[in-house]
Amino acid sequence: MQNPYLPMPVRIDEIVTETEDKMLKTFKFVFLNKEDEERFQHKAGQFAELSVPGKGEVPIGIASSPTEKGYVKFTVNKTGLVTGYMHTMKVGDIMGIRGPLGNWYPWETLEGKNVVIIGGGFAFSTLRASIVYMLANRNKFKDIHVIYGSRMPSLLLYRDELAAWEAAGDIAMHITVDGTDDPDWKYNVGFVPTITEQKAPPADADTYAIVCGPPAMIRFTQPVLDNLGYSHDNIINSLEKRMKCGIGICGRCNIGDQYVCKDGPVFTLNTLNHMAGEK
Amino acid sequence: MKVIQIDTNQWTEGLAKLEGSYRMFGPAETEGKYPEFKELEKGDVPNLNVSNTHLSAKSVVYPQSEVMFEYTLDEAKEDHHQLREIEKDYSPRAVFGIRPCDAAANLIIQRNFDSKEYRDPYWVDAFESCVFIGHACENPGATCFCTSVGFGPFNEDGLDLLLVESDNGGFLAKVITDKGAVLAKSAGWETETDAAALEPLKEAAEAKIRSKVNTDQLAKQDAKDLFDAPIWEDIGFACLNCGTCTYSCPTCWCFDIQDEVKDKSGIRMRNWDSCMYPLFTLEGSGHNPRPEKHHRIRQRFMHKLKYYVDKYQAGVQCVGCGRCVRLCPVNIDIRTVCEKMNSYKPA
Amino acid sequence: MIGYIDKIREVALKLLNEEKVDMVIGYRQGSLPMMTEPCFVKRPEDVETLIWDSNCRINLAAYLMDRKEKIGIIAKGCDSRNIINHLVENKIKREQLVIIGAPCKGMIDNKAIALQFGQDIDEYQETEDQITVKGGGTEKTFQKVDVLQENCAICNHRNPVVYDELAGDLVEEQTDIDRYEDIRKIEAMDIDEKWNFFEDMLSTCIRCYACRNACPLCYCPTCFVDESKPQWVGKSNDPNDTRTFHFLRAFHCAGRCTDCGACERACPMDIPVRLFTKKLGKDCLDLYGWEAGLDPEQRPPLDTFKPDDPNVGMK
Repeated sequence: MQNPYLPMPVRIDEIVTETEDKMLKTFKFVFLNKEDEERFQHKAGQFAELSVPGKGEVPIGIASSPTEKGYVKFTVNKTGLVTGYMHTMKVGDIMGIRGPLGNWYPWETLEGKNVVIIGGGFAFSTLRASIVYMLANRNKFKDIHVIYGSRMPSLLLYRDELAAWEAAGDIAMHITVDGTDDPDWKYNVGFVPTITEQKAPPADADTYAIVCGPPAMIRFTQPVLDNLGYSHDNIINSLEKRMKCGIGICGRCNIGDQYVCKDGPVFTLNTLNHMAGEK
Repeated sequence: MKVIQIDTNQWTEGLAKLEGSYRMFGPAETEGKYPEFKELEKGDVPNLNVSNTHLSAKSVVYPQSEVMFEYTLDEAKEDHHQLREIEKDYSPRAVFGIRPCDAAANLIIQRNFDSKEYRDPYWVDAFESCVFIGHACENPGATCFCTSVGFGPFNEDGLDLLLVESDNGGFLAKVITDKGAVLAKSAGWETETDAAALEPLKEAAEAKIRSKVNTDQLAKQDAKDLFDAPIWEDIGFACLNCGTCTYSCPTCWCFDIQDEVKDKSGIRMRNWDSCMYPLFTLEGSGHNPRPEKHHRIRQRFMHKLKYYVDKYQAGVQCVGCGRCVRLCPVNIDIRTVCEKMNSYKPA
Repeated sequence: MIGYIDKIREVALKLLNEEKVDMVIGYRQGSLPMMTEPCFVKRPEDVETLIWDSNCRINLAAYLMDRKEKIGIIAKGCDSRNIINHLVENKIKREQLVIIGAPCKGMIDNKAIALQFGQDIDEYQETEDQITVKGGGTEKTFQKVDVLQENCAICNHRNPVVYDELAGDLVEEQTDIDRYEDIRKIEAMDIDEKWNFFEDMLSTCIRCYACRNACPLCYCPTCFVDESKPQWVGKSNDPNDTRTFHFLRAFHCAGRCTDCGACERACPMDIPVRLFTKKLGKDCLDLYGWEAGLDPEQRPPLDTFKPDDPNVGMK
């Protein structure tokens, strides 16, 4: 049996600086070994441990869709020891990936349903994976809405793709910023909860919301979804915690008897409501 | 299973025979220090005169620090920046003198390290390499409460052989598993005796355990009620977050993973960690889901006495060894906390 | 010292009834003989849970850092000196505190008593001068002076240095004591002897940091051993890293340590870590005539500069 702590070696194939504050970079990795590439079969919503020898590991959501073959992408916020070092790395450098880890957005349930994705700030990477995945399987889903906001236009991730999705019209895009002085800004201005109130599809048993963003956004979006009548079984969250092993063994990321790394990071709001522990 | 009589000569001779085919572990006492489990040097015998080792026996399978991988950062090397597995010695280990509580603790830890989904190779390979030769507690201590948590001074869970001291200075050895039978045979311990001799000794030892704690309601309690119960600030006030309880506990399994580099060669290792420390859950953003010490002490007791109970439906994550009770500098007592949780009624 | 508890409860009750404080920090009976547990009392009806005996070892100043409430606190000599440290270091404000001074004749070493008794102790009694323990059908009486904690036996500040109320009359300070006999022995060792002595002393350290976490001085938001950028110290139980931790921690406490003994008491392995802090305490006394925690108006010598400071750091 494979050692679950052993990362697969990868080479950095491309680095894109996503935001003007240069805090977010997207790394595209290719596997050094073909069999590792074949073994790395993920679903949108999962994460992996990025392993930098000499520094350590960091759990990051997978930004690429399983339908994008031959590479995996991660968008990394410059925060601590490992991510700080990653921001100094160059194309061609060797590091490791351990995963895919955790559960995923419930694609089995979401098939044939309306999906509204609500995201904010840099917590948009697994949502990007989800959008690309749904676009590649467009006929499996009914209406798809995406509400995505950041503080200002320069902090939006994947700006070229956002524009392309908007232009293509397969999904209803509602891009927003908290504020901007750009006279040419042609999208929404307003906080994510406000735009959700205006643009989210009506609630019904066949409509699911995937919500991922900073704590304040989640806190203020929740009452909006409640007002719209979304059942807590139809609201899907993805959580973050400090993690080490990523496989539910090292003991630190629990909420009650559930480990966010192994039993999550994706939980319905209803499940979360019933869990004891620090959320 | 059969019971074997081992006299003192056979004991010494047997240990010498086993040295060839097993790595030998057992309680060892160094002058001025507490007795602890150690790998024994050739010719050393396990010290079975100690009531129990100061720290638990978990380190035999699960050392405090353990190297997982090695690598080179030297770009002139072909496999630079690629982690390599390390060859480990998983040849058979004979673990002498482990008390029944510590042996049972391994089965609790096993649920964490060896699940349907993931097998932790370091722990499981080490565990499977061991033959556990237990030492029954004929004189349990004042803080021992193993009988309250499903075990006992003669408990056989997690053991391959159980030694009971006999009047003539030797042992009666109950053979519990095939692994144990093989070890006894290699040691030349083959004199069968009457198994009935053990039962009264067991009963006498159990009767000596005076410390009792109730755990019967824990499974029925609502986890959210207990989590929100207004008891934690009081329980946690005295706590110094020193971590002694977790490091001395035979069932605490949490660890941290760290990289260390010297020149261009590096290792990835794991070290015991503790839910008592703020760093355990501190996130990169600066957010900490357990910022206060009473949050952390709640996590420790809820994990042992509720989350584990709910997750595995196999009792509490505690074997009643009493180490945390004895070693806590401020006398926070898991028995007292357990009673509070067990009897809690939400308002 | 035995009679203090009546006065402590009386003062605590008054403070709570008159709402002069939000809580009183003291000790309650532990679950084990010869153990107490630090606790807080917020309701007047709970002051009866407070106790006082020769097992009130824990330094209550460790429970004050950054608290916002108004607090009544029981303070032995050492606790009061650590409260002064906190005042100097802005960890608490004087006006937040009502200090109930407890002139102290020393706390007893429960581990040493248990070792000498040789079996489980079920019962414990004390008088002003004697300790009696019972268990396993026998009993033994000790003279309290013979079983004091080592730091208490050599204590030269038994009376609280700062207080608002007193739980009893001030006691006579010990003057004929040699505080540094053990340190001089180590100072006299040659380099190899010292190395071996410390190697052996630290060989059982499990890097649990209990010493640090119990210490009222160790309140840094992030301790140097927990820093990751840069990581000063490795995290395994490698002897180099263990040594580095202990030496640096001692230096961080130089001129601040009151020798309250919290570190040794918390150490699960009974490592005599006070030897490090005492050596630096001795240096502070020899070089600067300084003892920690006596004056709320003075900062410790290592964070002040005077032109006539001895130049030892530069040699």
